[in-house]
Amino acid sequence: MARIDLDHIRHTYTASPKSEADYALKEVDHSWHDGGAYALLGPSGCGKTTLLNIISGLVTASEGRILFDGKDVTRLSPQERNIAQVFQFPVIYDTMTVFDNLAFPLRNRTMPEADVKRRVDEILAMIDLGDRAHRKARGLTADQKQKISLGRGLVRSDVAAILFDEPLTVIDPHMKWMLRTQLKQLHRQFGHTMVYVTHDQTEALTFADTVVVMYDGEIVQIGTPEELFARPKHTFVGYFIGSPGMNVVPVTLDGGTAHVDGEAIALPAPPRERPQAKTELGVRPEFVRLTRDGMPFSIDTVEDLGRHRIVRGHLGAHAIAAVVPENETIPAEPRVTFDPAGINLYADSWRMELEG
Amino acid sequence: MDKTVNQKAWFMLIPVLVLVGFSAVIPLMTVVNYSVQDTFGQNVFFWAGTAWFEQILHSPRFWSALGRNLIFSGLILAIEVPLGIFVALNMPKRGIGVPFCLVFMALPLLVPWNVVGTIWQIFGRSDIGLLGWAVDAIGIDYNYVSDPVDAWITLIVMDVWHWTSLVVLLCYAALVSIPDAFYQAARIDGASRWSVFRYIQLPKIQHVLLIAVLLRFMDSFMIYTEPFVVTGGGPGNSTTVLSIDLVKMALGQFDLGPAAAMSLIYFLIILALSWVFYTVMTNHEARQ
Repeated sequence: MARIDLDHIRHTYTASPKSEADYALKEVDHSWHDGGAYALLGPSGCGKTTLLNIISGLVTASEGRILFDGKDVTRLSPQERNIAQVFQFPVIYDTMTVFDNLAFPLRNRTMPEADVKRRVDEILAMIDLGDRAHRKARGLTADQKQKISLGRGLVRSDVAAILFDEPLTVIDPHMKWMLRTQLKQLHRQFGHTMVYVTHDQTEALTFADTVVVMYDGEIVQIGTPEELFARPKHTFVGYFIGSPGMNVVPVTLDGGTAHVDGEAIALPAPPRERPQAKTELGVRPEFVRLTRDGMPFSIDTVEDLGRHRIVRGHLGAHAIAAVVPENETIPAEPRVTFDPAGINLYADSWRMELEG
Repeated sequence: MDKTVNQKAWFMLIPVLVLVGFSAVIPLMTVVNYSVQDTFGQNVFFWAGTAWFEQILHSPRFWSALGRNLIFSGLILAIEVPLGIFVALNMPKRGIGVPFCLVFMALPLLVPWNVVGTIWQIFGRSDIGLLGWAVDAIGIDYNYVSDPVDAWITLIVMDVWHWTSLVVLLCYAALVSIPDAFYQAARIDGASRWSVFRYIQLPKIQHVLLIAVLLRFMDSFMIYTEPFVVTGGGPGNSTTVLSIDLVKMALGQFDLGPAAAMSLIYFLIILALSWVFYTVMTNHEARQ
């Protein structure tokens, strides 16, 4: 168990990077607290796996240092860092039995056989493969194999951190939920530092205390699930988290008022700065109200999801989604207003603070 | 639901039956015909029964040639398989070295058998051959024409040079298909280089390795051209393998009956050994 510091880490896969765009991972300067449960969330190719491999030591960062409990491990191998990592697709040793698969990381570190047995039996019970312990791992199904991979990640109790690289991709939904719950329990029980890479927001939000959202090789926001929902720091976070994502409309600002297509939207407070940049207004569908007065709105589709309906339509040329609870009626000729509590302003995609 | 049965469909098989008949069955039956008869030419035949088979199976000449075949195949498998795996493991997995290595490895496989024989026949000569001259020059008495051990060494080195590439290329193809995640997981698990080979690479190349062993065994057991060109079966009979002996008997001594009997026995041995290999392979897979 360790606190992990990423000290101005940058990484590129090209030999001589010329511009910022050549970096798969732009500068990351961040600390992971000892015993924290983190999720790295982002779309494919955003650099989250690169960041994970830099932490585990499979990739050595082009620039910057990485420290475990203050000790520089930048040049150390995964084994010397004492890291456990679980990969997206099951990695098992075909010719070994299930038991030997789980015992492998322990035996490589020359743990006494009695301790190996005790530890492996615990893990076998946890992943529910006790009855297959002495069968060859080759004949198992994909999700059983992935459970072995998970088990191998969890079998060492002294690791500095456990890293998960989209570990539940191949597991069926019911099992996914169970394993995620088990991981969470395990985290509470043993307090390992856990970093969990995923592109699935549900997985990230349920697993982690702190979610790190990455986009285009860069960390755009670090926060609790509530923070990510209520105050997205970047329009990408707004789009990516929430279903449907945040509505983003280009606006011009005039003190405490935003203008969109000649319509005026009152802001809760004027922004602190007056940027020259491209300005946008973001509002989550949960804060869009369909009323009899407000801005003109044309409805395209209504999706009934039972508890609520998602109304998709247009405000002028801009697509807007709204969430309407099931007990509310949609007016016959609806117009649209935004709840001031849910209004966020962005300059060049980054969030602006409001006065007051 | 009843299926329509149409026996006329069997006619579809005629082309392939004709082809197999002319290319395999008829020539083989000719050999069977010779093997049970005696002839002195002029198309006059006498019934000989199993006499030729008994004669072959009781002849020390046959058994020693068979012994040489088995030793030869055993030696080249023992060298080519580990060497092939070793080379494949050390070939680059990506970068500009890959096409270079692949072409370099494929070259010996593209050379015709008799040319390989000629190359080594000249290469190994102590008067004009670079190898033979160089080995003699450093003080080792080497002459494959007069020394049986030198002749064997020459044949084995030649076969290793010619065919190790096949094992290399097959293993390499299997090795590059192993996903990176396996190696990464092994590093995380703290596996040694030997463990990576034993538990990741070897199980993954096992299938192609068995095919490579089968191919190399059958091919080396039927070897003819190279020893014929390099040593002609000599010195003495020291490199006379079954195929060379067979040609001597059939074309040199014109003993058609015994030669036909010997071909059939030779054929059955190869068939039986290949069957054993195949059964061991498939059983091994079934058990897993």
